[in-house]
Amino acid sequence: MSLQLDNVTLSVRGETYISDASLTLEPGSFNVLLGHTLAGKTTLMRLMAGLDRPDHGRVYLDGRDVTHLPVRQRNVSMVYQQFINYPTLTVFDNIASPLKQARVSRQEITRRVEETAAMLGIQQLLGRYPQELSGGQQQRTAMARALVKEADLVLFDEPLVNLDYKLREALRVEMRKLFESRNTIAVYATTEPAEALALGGTTTLLHQGRIVQSGPGDEVYRHPRNREAATLFGEPPINLMPMTIQAGECRIADQRQPLPEVWKSLSEGDYQIGIRPHHWSLEPLTEPALRLPTILRVAEISGSETFLHLSHERIDLVAHLIGIHEFGVDQALEVHASFRQLFVFEPGGDLVLSPPSPRSTVPDGRGDR
Amino acid sequence: MKTYNNKAWWLVLPVFVLVAFSAIIPMMTVVNYSVQDIFDPSTRYFVGTEWYREILADPRLHDSLVRQFIYSFCVLAIEVPLGIVVALSMPRRGLGVPFSLILLSLPLLVPWNVVGTIWQIIGREDIGLYGWILNSLGLDYNYASNPRDAWITVLVMDVWHWTSLVALLCYSGLRSIPDVYYQAARIDRASHWAVFRFIQLPKLKNVLLIAVMLRFMDSFMIYTEPFVLTGGGPGTATTFLSQTLTQMALGQFDLGRAAAFSLIYFLIILLVTWVFYTAMTHNDDKG
Repeated sequence: MSLQLDNVTLSVRGETYISDASLTLEPGSFNVLLGHTLAGKTTLMRLMAGLDRPDHGRVYLDGRDVTHLPVRQRNVSMVYQQFINYPTLTVFDNIASPLKQARVSRQEITRRVEETAAMLGIQQLLGRYPQELSGGQQQRTAMARALVKEADLVLFDEPLVNLDYKLREALRVEMRKLFESRNTIAVYATTEPAEALALGGTTTLLHQGRIVQSGPGDEVYRHPRNREAATLFGEPPINLMPMTIQAGECRIADQRQPLPEVWKSLSEGDYQIGIRPHHWSLEPLTEPALRLPTILRVAEISGSETFLHLSHERIDLVAHLIGIHEFGVDQALEVHASFRQLFVFEPGGDLVLSPPSPRSTVPDGRGDR
Repeated sequence: MKTYNNKAWWLVLPVFVLVAFSAIIPMMTVVNYSVQDIFDPSTRYFVGTEWYREILADPRLHDSLVRQFIYSFCVLAIEVPLGIVVALSMPRRGLGVPFSLILLSLPLLVPWNVVGTIWQIIGREDIGLYGWILNSLGLDYNYASNPRDAWITVLVMDVWHWTSLVALLCYSGLRSIPDVYYQAARIDRASHWAVFRFIQLPKLKNVLLIAVMLRFMDSFMIYTEPFVLTGGGPGTATTFLSQTLTQMALGQFDLGRAAAFSLIYFLIILLVTWVFYTAMTHNDDKG
């Protein structure tokens, strides 16, 4: 099954929810929708499911036009941010409910419910009622209900948001496994860039109802099409600074530098550079690097990481450092970032240059994040 | 030896005082009447449980108790399902919402005796709209002479007056169901009946409990409407417990018997309400 959205637009009472979205989801693919709250993730999913109809544009399932096919006649399932189960039914009956609607035989129901429950690790809870379960178990039940009917399209609308951190990690790892051997299209909406990267698959960036960029997750992260995509895909968002190239020299904010090797190919003019917060370093680097004097405004220490909120002239910056670093407020700090790791954007926002081979610059093997 | 801080009793004291004055003392007065035969303040005889024994053996009271139970049962059997159906068919958004809410609240604002008077007139076969229509259709309807007609009129009156209370309670219950539940049901391809049975009804359970108890207690104590309509007649067709009690206490000034009767009346309501409550909440842990 493949799902194709073709120039889909939806507005409600004069307000545009989705504007001109085109997207193709491959059979058996795992797709992540990444965007802020109110970016249109849920609306896009509702359009995919057939819960809403677009004002303009078409929706195709395997090449068949299903734009006006109501959800009841499609084979989709959905998991929500809230844990939605039937309160008066046991876990078994909850999971079995889509199969009963489809009039599957009783032995087949039992077999498939048990199989799906085992997959999600809730096989020992089948006799309980949703109220007797923890949040994670309730969400597993809802997920089992979505998976049991082998839908063409399974939609996850921020399913892990209401769970605690540990459960989220555990379920996230399972998510990918559940879909590895299926021909189902999975769509997963999230507001967290880190979650999108961890899940992998195709990532689609949504902003204010528009699709900003779509492609393999790490590809989009490394080569954002424009400033907007780079900003959306990163938490804290990428740092942006003005840069001008003139007469073999470049000026970043008010800092004059000789033009670094990696930027030799750029023509003269105004640009904007992007620096991922974790690419800042407090120690001088051996390779050619941007050196910037800053003033520390706030230092947030969270567990084993430190977020430094800095300012240089009037530009606010964030640096994400590993380990605990304690500094006094308003202390002057010099931060460094290798030129090789900087993004360069046109004044209009389009990407001109992305870091060439980021993998080799990160020795811990976590990839470039 | 452990010392206890007994200051907490002071905090509970106001409640004790309040409950004493609002419930315990008045009730004890009734208990006091029910075990004595009082001719005048200075001539009183302690009679023990005699009044109770008399009351329990009184066929007049048996009849009105049976009548009362049938009546309350009918009220619940009609108003609860009807209220649910009305609530389900009310609009969920738009201008229809305030419109239907106001429309449903109107009967609740009408005082009991006015309701009685309205139906007394509207049911008359000569000048009443419904009474005249029924008779023109060839039905022999006359609430003043036919016990069955009187009985039905009192029931219809109550349904007219109080179904909207059940409907409003159910509507508030339905409104508290998040939209995603309906969405999930659509995705599951659940039928309308399944949506009602597995999503709406479980959510309605708590408000239904309140509705059933309120309607039971109220209908079990019905007094004004039959009093205004036919004064409990024709015969004793619409003489319910309250009316019997009033006749006993104020008509015959039989305070001892009336007091004993009130206590039994009170215990019946308490018992039945408790049964309802227990029956409707006993499997709460299951959801």
